[in-house]
Parts: sequence; C-alpha cells; structure tokens
Amino acid sequence: MNKAIPLPKIKRSDREAIIFLLPYFLAFMLFITIPVVMGILLSVTYFNLLQPPRFIGFSNYIYLFTSDDAFMRSVIPNTLQFVVIVGPVGYMLGFLLAWMLAQLPSKLRTVLALVIFSPSMTAGVTMAVMWRVIFSGDEGGYLNAVLLNMALIEQPVQWLQNPNFLLTIMIIVTLWGSMGIGFLAMLAGVLNVNQELYEAAYVDGMKNKVQEIFYITIPSMKPQMLFGAVMSLVATFNAGAIGVQLSGQNPTPQNAGQLIVTHIEDYGFIRYDMGYAAAIAVILLLMVYLFSRVAFKLFGDRDA
Amino acid sequence: MRRTSSFQGTKINPQKFHRSQIKFLLFILPIATFMVLPIIYIFNHAFKPMDELFAFPPRFFVIRPTFANFSDLFEVASATGIPMSRYLFNSIVITLVVVILSILVSSMSGYALSKLKFRMKSTLMTMNNIALMFVGASVIIPRYLIIESLGLIDSFWVHVLPGLAVPVGLFLIKQFIDQIPDELLDAAKIDGATHFQIYLKIIMPLIKPAIATIAIVSFQAIWNNAETSVIYINRESLKTFAFYMSTLTTATNVVAGQGMAAAAALIMFLPNLIIFIMLQSKVMNTMAHSGLK
Repeated sequence: MNKAIPLPKIKRSDREAIIFLLPYFLAFMLFITIPVVMGILLSVTYFNLLQPPRFIGFSNYIYLFTSDDAFMRSVIPNTLQFVVIVGPVGYMLGFLLAWMLAQLPSKLRTVLALVIFSPSMTAGVTMAVMWRVIFSGDEGGYLNAVLLNMALIEQPVQWLQNPNFLLTIMIIVTLWGSMGIGFLAMLAGVLNVNQELYEAAYVDGMKNKVQEIFYITIPSMKPQMLFGAVMSLVATFNAGAIGVQLSGQNPTPQNAGQLIVTHIEDYGFIRYDMGYAAAIAVILLLMVYLFSRVAFKLFGDRDA
Repeated sequence: MRRTSSFQGTKINPQKFHRSQIKFLLFILPIATFMVLPIIYIFNHAFKPMDELFAFPPRFFVIRPTFANFSDLFEVASATGIPMSRYLFNSIVITLVVVILSILVSSMSGYALSKLKFRMKSTLMTMNNIALMFVGASVIIPRYLIIESLGLIDSFWVHVLPGLAVPVGLFLIKQFIDQIPDELLDAAKIDGATHFQIYLKIIMPLIKPAIATIAIVSFQAIWNNAETSVIYINRESLKTFAFYMSTLTTATNVVAGQGMAAAAALIMFLPNLIIFIMLQSKVMNTMAHSGLK
C-alpha cells in the first residue's frame, strides 16, 4: 500500500532516514493521504457498503448542487455564516487578546491566558454538557431563568430546538471554545517581537498603537499569524458537529444547525449513501483549501 | 531604559503593573469572565445535591456540596452492564499509549526532517504542511473503509493508530529541532555517535518543551474523543469515557442524568486543565517557534 516509499537503489543516508520517518508517515499515509484520495475516488460512485462501488460520474455533484434541497438551502448558507463569523471574529479576537495580554505583567498574563485558553480544552461532548443546561428549554435553564426573572420573556424558550436560535447559539459556543493553540502561538509571537523595533518606531515618529500593530507587530510575527489563521480555520470546520451535540438530533431541527460536517455524517452513517457523502466531503476539503489560500495570501511569504 | 518615563510606544512583557494597563484589563476581563463562567458552573453543578440541581429559580453556586453525583456515576452501570470505571480505565490506557507513541513517532520524524539529508525531504515536509489544513471529518467514510479492511474494527488499536498522525505535532517539533545548531550534532558525529544515539542523547533532552506541547495536543485529541467509540467499536467493553459521557447527555430526560453528566464533564475537564497548568511554560516556549512560512 505504501508505494510512496522509494524502493530502488536506496542510499545509506536514505535508509537511515526511512527508519526515522516510517512510523509517522505510515500512519500519515494510512489515515490521511489514502483516505483523501479514496474520498475523491468514491465521490464519483454510488456506494452503499453492501454492493461494490459503481461508477456514476459526476452525478453526486450534480445532485448536490441541483437537487439536494437541504444542502443548498441550509447547509451551505449555514456553513458560510458559521465559518465567516467564527473564523475571522475568533481569529481577530485571539490576536487582540494576545496583543493586550502581552502588555500585562507576567503573572497576571499567565492567569488570564489560562482562563481564556481553558474553554478550548472542553472539546465536543464536554462542551455540549456545559452549554445544554445553560440553554435548557425549561424554566430550570439558566438563560430562561434569568430572562424570566427580568420579565423579558413570559415563558421558557426552547433555545436548542428553535431553528431561529440554534445557529447563533452554535456560533457563540464555538467562539467560546476557539482560543486554542493558535491563540497561544499568537501570544508567543507578540511576546517575541523585538522591543527595540517599537522604540525605534517611536523615535521615528510613530503616532499611535494602531500604527504599531499594522507596521510592526503583525509584520514581525507573520509566521505566527499564519499558523494561527490555519489553526482557527481547521478548528472552525472541525467544530461543525456542535449543532448536533447541542440539539441532540441529526438532522438538526429544520436543518437550522446543519453544517457541512453534519451533512456528511447524515448521509454517510445514517443513510449509508457513502459515495454521496464522499462528494460532500470533497466540497468541504475544497472550502478549507480556498479559505486557507486567503490566509496564505495575507500572511504567507510564498504561495502554498 | 533611560527613556522609560517618556516612552509611549508599546511595552511588551512589562515588569510590573502600571495605570496604562487598565484599559487592556477593561477589554480582557469581561471576555475572561464569559470564558470562565461555564467552567465555574460545571464545578458547582457537579457537586449539587438533587434538590439544588432542579431548584427553581436555578442557583449558580452550590450551597450544600456533595459527592453524590460522583458516587452515582461510579455505581450506575451502563445499560449493557459495563461499569463506568471500565470506560475510565479504557480512556486512561488509550490516552497514555497514544501520548507516548505519538511523542516517539513525531520526534523521530521531526529529527529526520530537520537534520538528516535524504531525497524527498521537502516533499514530505510540504505534504505535512498541507495536512495542517486537514479536516478529519472530511474523511470519515474512506477512513472507515480502510480501518475495516485492516481488520481494526473492535480492536484496541483503532483507538491508537489514527491518533499517531498529527500534522500539527510534527510541524511544531520539527520547527523546534530546527533551532538546535548543527555544530552540536557534528561534534557528536565526530565522536562516532550514530543517528540513533544523537536522537536519543542530544535531541530528546533539548526538545523537552516541544515534547510537552505534543503531549498536550495529543492528550486533548484522544482524551476528548468519543467518535472512535461510536464509529469503530461495537464491543461495549472497549469504549471510552468520553463516549460514556455522551450517552449520559443524550439521555438528559432521565432526571438523575444531569448531575452525573456534570460530574462526568468535570472528570473529563480536570486532567486537561492540570496537565496544561503543569506544562504551560514549556508550551509557550514551543509556540515561539510555531511560525508557518
């Protein structure tokens, strides 16, 4: 299966390298490279796990864009809205927080950074448990209790089952947990900008902090900015299952919280239409790729 | 230093608190509060006795803390008769194995990619950098087919093997090894050290911060993983604690479930927090080299 490892006339230095590389790249091939290639191939077939895949050309893609009502009406708009808000807002917030934290004394900074980072440790199920009680639909839910108490609502709202609120709640919850490893990278980046640059700029007549951010801070930490952007992008797309975890249903009520990730699971593991699910997955990969091109354009030294 | 009093530019990593920092705190503190509230809440919820869990109006803080939710959690077996301790045991063993193995495989590859000369080096590095953008959810179907054809369904190793390929981990460790001067390795080579000895005796001790970071990244991914148990494991005795917790939450109609779910969430969350607090300075050290070019 591992054709990628060159077999003919292996040099001694190559052979040593292979021993070091083999364990990681074997797992890498098996669980990342080959699945991506297979996914692309499967996306042009009809496959239900029982019979062997049957080649059907681009039918899956055609159906996806012309006849899949849920996909065009809910999944794509939801995903775009979710990604465009959670990605850039979370990212800019992460940078701002990192920039401000870097200007605080070390002890205070460490405590606050830990507090801000800690939600990202509660991935998936833990996150859903915490927020489900806050948004619980009966009057025992915290949000309902507070709003009832302030007489802003007259009866409890079914937050997580109501299509009008689900996507917004998903965005809030995901933003809450989005200050992860990318945020830490940016904090380290700001902390490592050469202090003399700021002093020199001040002598040269730099007037305010906004100028400093754009002319010194960001250019000095471009690599960390890029790393942070890629991390926040991937985390955002990976967080797609939160709607299902919060509402407890797939599809989510009236598809309100249906994102591309949950749509894949719906077709793959609930309807067993594997070829179709693979086609949706290819679209997902393309979306991630396009969004990260933007990040590379903004912060990269060269095109990726 | 002589300009300190008049210097108006950004002061990074100041020695002590100054009035000018208040404006930052005004921005950070509300956000930090929002971040920490659900976590404080889960601490309180987990220790609430039954009547406080369902009190109306609900109270945020616990008044009479009790371990009842935890003892319930330990006593109640799942519908199939597997005790909760079994899930916890599985999670601990799986997480330990994955963390140790992934430290090993990514540091080995990181060393090769950073310091060894061989063909296809830049290709492999580019592949890994592209894979940083990899979204796991996009390959659940082909991954399933591969795992099925390898006969890994219902096997312990299905928890372990996919967790070994972590592009971010390899990326961070490789960047970190790049900082180690080649002269150090050349000196060892002249003394007759093999690559394996160099890796073990020189590289490993020098990259402890990066190792700590990988340990955290892979710990979080594996410890919080419920999906593997759902998709690849049918045998109840091989499923993980994260999975067990997700069954508690989907059964929120069960009145007693809520307190137990909160207790379980706390058990899920605490190890993450403790490990991060222990290793945080090493993580920050690694992150300084995290730049992607």
